[in-house]
Amino acid sequence: MSITAEYVVIQVINGLVIGSVYALLALGMNTVYGMLKLINFAHGSVVMVGAYVFLLAMLNLGSVTPIALVATLVAGGLVGYVLELAAYRRLRGKPEVSLLITSLGAYIFIENFVRVTLTSQPRPFLVIPELNILFDVYGITIRVVDIVVILSGIAISAAFVIYSKRAKSGIAIKATAENIRAASLVGVNVDRIIVLALVLGSVIAGFTGFVWGVKFGQIDPGMGFILGVKAFVAIVVGGIGSIPGAVLGGYIIGLAEMLSVGLLPPVYGGYRDGIVFFILIIALLVRPYGILGVKESVRV
Amino acid sequence: MAYVSAIPALFAFLYIANISLGPYEVFMMNLIGVYIIATVSLSLTNGYAGQFSLGHAGFMSIGGYIATILSFPVARKALLLSDLPPFLLHLELPFLASLLIGGAVAALVAAGVGLPVLRLRGHYLAVATLGMMVVVGALATNLIQFTRGPLGINGIPPYADSYWIYTWVIVTIFVMQRIVETKYGRSLKAIREDELAAASFGINVTRMKLFSFVVGAFFAGIAGGLFAHLITAIVPWTYSFVLTFDIVTMLIVGGMASISGSVIGAASLTILKQALKPVEEGLRIYGIVQLVIAVILIITMIKRPDGLLGHRELSLDMVMSLIRRHRSRGQLPISSP
Repeated sequence: MSITAEYVVIQVINGLVIGSVYALLALGMNTVYGMLKLINFAHGSVVMVGAYVFLLAMLNLGSVTPIALVATLVAGGLVGYVLELAAYRRLRGKPEVSLLITSLGAYIFIENFVRVTLTSQPRPFLVIPELNILFDVYGITIRVVDIVVILSGIAISAAFVIYSKRAKSGIAIKATAENIRAASLVGVNVDRIIVLALVLGSVIAGFTGFVWGVKFGQIDPGMGFILGVKAFVAIVVGGIGSIPGAVLGGYIIGLAEMLSVGLLPPVYGGYRDGIVFFILIIALLVRPYGILGVKESVRV
Repeated sequence: MAYVSAIPALFAFLYIANISLGPYEVFMMNLIGVYIIATVSLSLTNGYAGQFSLGHAGFMSIGGYIATILSFPVARKALLLSDLPPFLLHLELPFLASLLIGGAVAALVAAGVGLPVLRLRGHYLAVATLGMMVVVGALATNLIQFTRGPLGINGIPPYADSYWIYTWVIVTIFVMQRIVETKYGRSLKAIREDELAAASFGINVTRMKLFSFVVGAFFAGIAGGLFAHLITAIVPWTYSFVLTFDIVTMLIVGGMASISGSVIGAASLTILKQALKPVEEGLRIYGIVQLVIAVILIITMIKRPDGLLGHRELSLDMVMSLIRRHRSRGQLPISSP
């Protein structure tokens, strides 16, 4: 197979699609990491919950797209809310590692809860045919969903950046993520802001599940884990604590993944996840605080 | 080192168990042994040094595949693994040598992953080791020439009997104890409590973290090799993330920095898992076992974040004082109303 310009453009579009997904997930994970020093593994499971809620609302309850979408967002937010109240809040002040372990347990719980209550088989996600329409631009075939994902990825990321700069609660989220003690000293209700950040991130993650399902046409209970971990890799690459950094990291990882799959010989196709973690190791060696991150100084 | 006297008793017990118990019970006992090796070795990094690794199944996979390829009978290699490079195709090493090489390669990989990551503070190790596991899984699936990919390798000679496994249990516990009770263990604990303070006391923080990680990976590799020769058939997802999660739960339930706690955690959760499996298969609702384990993990974290034994070791004194406390609870000192 020869590599033509059209082929490269298609791979770049695919990279931007996946990158949008990583960027959207990284937004939520990054603020939570800043506040609690928690790699929220459960964030990936929210993607899966979102996808299943949308599918069930459309197929089993026969609702229309907007209502199903609202249900998806609410379900996502609800998972974040319950996680915080039932588990994470009880671990404040305990060693950081206990939060990490708990989020891992929460991930396994949610995945297997869906397996037990619904199904452990993959399910086709062919619910909105309009999004699968193909159209041709200068010989390049694009699906409507590609455009939807990229535009919503950019729009939500931009909205989040502006929100964290302009809105009062957004500034509070940013402040708490930068320094939780200082934020509480200047009067931020830290507990409420943590809930807000988790719920907001989870709502976005639920939406991500919907677009992921439309893009790839199939969902399964185990789909979220690697997504969450890759989103965290994106944060490390882009810069821990920086909201634009998380978005940038997401797109870098997405593009690197798709371009390496597309341009390397097909035998390397099986290593696409491996390539992402190779980038992580390189990033940790070269610039451990990330592209847009600030070097953390050690204070005694 | 009073335990040394218990070793002949242990082997006498193993002998009696092997002649009197059925094959399933013996298999269970051996499985517990493998999980003990894996859990105790994980406690060094995750418990004593406080660096959270999630790559244990990856190291077990490395050890498992390498030990299998090395110990596999030449006659069957020609049938099953005929695409191996010639020097491996005509090679059949003794079991011990295969295990040791598997463990050594796992340790080498740990050094490669650990060096860039352990220089840093924070939980990068968790993510990097997860990534390492994904890469190992991809290699096991795609290097068909060596691993037969998703088909897996079956008919592995069942070398790992009770005596092999429990000898390794003893070796693992002995080495861990020697590390934990000497200056190395104290350095690791110091790092866990306060990295900066440990560094200012002259502890080479990165080197000590790396040391704990590499030693843990070596024994994980051994456990993986024993596991392969116990269940006699491996596929890439034999050593999946679920395995890491189970071992992490065993460690945490028992006590993060406690050798005896790790042993108790490994044994009790292995038994629980095997007891629940028929329920899962009977009801045809897959995921129940993992659901229960996740609940146990979360409840342990919230109610008793240091695990059953925490940072202590099980000792006779502890058992006695527990019994005493339990007795005195019945006859509380009479207090004025």
